[in-house]
Amino acid sequence: MTEHNTVQRVLPHVFLIVAMVILLFPIWIVFIASTHTNAEILSAPMPLAPGSHFLENYSRAILEGNKNLGTSALTMLKNSLIMALGISIGKIVISLLAAFAIVFFNFKLRKFCFWAIFITLMLPVEVRIMPTYKVVSDLGLLNTYAGLILPMVVSATAVFLFRQFFMTVPREIAEASQIDGASPMQFFWRILLPMTRTPISAMFVIQFIYGWNQYLWPLLITTKQEYYTILIGINRMLSGADVLVEWQIVMATTLLALLPPALVVVVMQKQFIAGMTDREK
Amino acid sequence: MTQQYEFKAKWLPYLLVLPQMVIVFVFFFWPSLQGVWQSFFLQDPFGGRVIFVGLENYTRLFTEPSYAYGESFRISIAFAAAVAMLSMVVALFLATQANKTMMIWPYAVATMVAGVLWLFLFNPNVGVIAWAMKHKLGIEWNHLLDSNQAFLLVTLAASWKQISYNFVFFLAGLQSVPNDLVEAAAIDGAGPTRRFWTIIFPLLSPTTFYLLVMNLVYGFFETFPIIHQVTAGGPGKATSILVYKVWRDGVVNLDLGGSSAQSVILMIMVIGLTVIQFRFIERRVHY
Repeated sequence: MTEHNTVQRVLPHVFLIVAMVILLFPIWIVFIASTHTNAEILSAPMPLAPGSHFLENYSRAILEGNKNLGTSALTMLKNSLIMALGISIGKIVISLLAAFAIVFFNFKLRKFCFWAIFITLMLPVEVRIMPTYKVVSDLGLLNTYAGLILPMVVSATAVFLFRQFFMTVPREIAEASQIDGASPMQFFWRILLPMTRTPISAMFVIQFIYGWNQYLWPLLITTKQEYYTILIGINRMLSGADVLVEWQIVMATTLLALLPPALVVVVMQKQFIAGMTDREK
Repeated sequence: MTQQYEFKAKWLPYLLVLPQMVIVFVFFFWPSLQGVWQSFFLQDPFGGRVIFVGLENYTRLFTEPSYAYGESFRISIAFAAAVAMLSMVVALFLATQANKTMMIWPYAVATMVAGVLWLFLFNPNVGVIAWAMKHKLGIEWNHLLDSNQAFLLVTLAASWKQISYNFVFFLAGLQSVPNDLVEAAAIDGAGPTRRFWTIIFPLLSPTTFYLLVMNLVYGFFETFPIIHQVTAGGPGKATSILVYKVWRDGVVNLDLGGSSAQSVILMIMVIGLTVIQFRFIERRVHY
């Protein structure tokens, strides 16, 4: 620190507190709302202190869900979890294999494969949403977990992260393993994978959040309640007239939707920051 | 790379890239090409007749007033620029003031959930802030009727969500600014503001530029959930950004040709932005 007078030392803390308030206030209000009855929320202004209906609201949200929704937060959380894990693990597995091939093998179509994967970085699913929908529908994958997961596994971010990492691995190790009689796959399993633990966990955090927070795609392909992810459920609960919305249930569900990815970020903070800022390189 | 040791195997590498390549072809190339193909046809929504119309889907976008495509373009640019500015200024300010990584968790909040949070605060019937504005400030808040308020609300929600992302990058950028430069300037008598603008800010420019591109991409393409949840493109078409319009014309209005043509235009835009970003990153490697 270059600054020594008191004001300049205290000021950052003030700003920090203001920032935390700005970032936390909307979530605090959601929490408050989730502990009141709907009548209390609707009687403007809404109370700003926690109410006494916490258990009642959350147990209803988790076990029954909103009226007319036809599914519960528990089912939707399960769907979101399957989707997030499917996307993150699927992406990591196929990317590891592809990056291993591209970096450690010399084969004819190597350049072609590299560019074919590279180009997917450019087009987010948002801009090719209708044709992707048609392909998935032609394959009969509407309202299935495979349909939710597979199109989201496309993007090449993970291949690039792993490729970058593999290129820093000294080739002498690969050569030595070969001399010692290990097959390429043995090298991959016993030597390369253990070395890649950190990039893998960084990728996992980022892809888990990416998967959990998908909205447009599940909105399009899940029409049956049993496949709703939690975000789609919240949207459906809110799509009536304001006075008919059961705000206390919606807010409890919103908080439940927000917790798992936030928890992953907080627990794996270090890997997360590394993974995030590494992506640009 | 030519001197590097490489494994020799005939089929193994193909087997290894196979899963990735299958996914890429089935869920990327096939739909992307189909999208381009479809943009040259007029199709009735029930899959009956398909007529080749050449570029008509594209020209219709810009000539038919009911599309209001130019208007949607203008809204998207204004929205993306507003989100990028607001979230980057706040994040940079916070990063210079408080170097705490505890502010990163809002990154985990889904864009859609950010929309719900702000919708709840500003809902004209139950929102705390809407109520306070009406009763304390005398401002009648109803983003379902007032297009400026609607625009402001989606901008706030989208920026709020993006602050923590920018914060992490600015923090990393600031930590790489050499401290002795800052101290030398301080010894020469430059105050904190002067030091920031003449030394820190220019040294941050690679981060700032990278974030600018990322935030514009976010504003253009990733804010669909907020628009869909908070305003549904309304009131009228006041917040109908391009990505929302692709979805609406395709899914709700079942105008597949028009929607595909819009997708193709978006694809070209993303490719443009990506190329800018990569050329820039390349340059920075030498820098």
